[in-house]
Amino acid sequence: MNRGARSGLFAVAALGMAALLGWAFAAAPAFGAPSHPYGDLAVQTALAGRATANAIASVTFDQRGLDTMGEEFILFAAVLGASVLLRREPDEFADPDDDEGARDRPSPGPSPEMIHLAGYLVLPVVVVVGIYVIAHGHLTPGGGFQGGIVLATALHLLYIAGDYPALRRLRPQRVFEISEASAAAGYVVLGLVGLAVSGAFLYNLLPYGTLGQLASAGTVPLLNVAVGLEVGSAMVLLLAEFLEQTLILRRRPGGGSNGARA
Amino acid sequence: MSVLISVVLLLTAVAGTGVVMTREPVHQAMVLSVLGLVLAILFVVLAAPDVGLSQLVVGAAVLPLMVLLALAKIRAQERR
Repeated sequence: MNRGARSGLFAVAALGMAALLGWAFAAAPAFGAPSHPYGDLAVQTALAGRATANAIASVTFDQRGLDTMGEEFILFAAVLGASVLLRREPDEFADPDDDEGARDRPSPGPSPEMIHLAGYLVLPVVVVVGIYVIAHGHLTPGGGFQGGIVLATALHLLYIAGDYPALRRLRPQRVFEISEASAAAGYVVLGLVGLAVSGAFLYNLLPYGTLGQLASAGTVPLLNVAVGLEVGSAMVLLLAEFLEQTLILRRRPGGGSNGARA
Repeated sequence: MSVLISVVLLLTAVAGTGVVMTREPVHQAMVLSVLGLVLAILFVVLAAPDVGLSQLVVGAAVLPLMVLLALAKIRAQERR
């Protein structure tokens, strides 16, 4: 197809898309309009029926828990794919002593000790924040996804506070692989228990408790913990693959495949 | 639409354009991080703090970090 035909095809598609979007937007409620029929129902269900102070958590883990399971496994599959792509090739070898990245840094900076100290000071605070965000996911904004990434970030402060070998020692990838897989499975198991008890997958079988209490919302906090563990471990594994590729793995000299294989 | 929302929407447009206009990949990762932060503020202003938190940790921190690590790997290989 030549350039003119391609542009013509694009113009037709773009005009059609613009017309359809314009038609859809014309019938949509105005920006900031007070009428939200689904939102009102979801919030009312969360607060009155299900004792979940954070209505968002009620929607994601209780009213539409199945969708969240799908999202969790999207992340699971994405991390799996990245791990396969970034695996150690036969012509690569691990060289923990070769600090290749050092050449990218023009100088060690004004005061590395200050950065190390800041890392050590911030690390425990970030761990507490991560646990808080997961544990209070059904009460305040946050939850397993956000808290899990905060916890994974906390672990990587070790890289800033110490060095990469320090992070490597405290990050046994095998352990995180197991915790990621079992947390992902834990979500499904909670769903299956609901199925066995009531006949509905992910049925919220625990008592709802009192609105606003830490022990409320039934299974929502448990699902938050499962997602937090899964997302945190997944993020640690993903960053580990990238860090290993950048800092540790080197192509064997004279491997013969340099440049030949893209 | 309040003044605050208009200002943050404008900032988002500026930051997004900035990402596209920045051609040097390392600088682009930094501008991308700024866009992530501005988007997180936009979500909070629009009364969606849950999404804002996710956007903050993923868009402003983890995504630019992965871009930077990939760039470092590519550059280390090009030197050889």
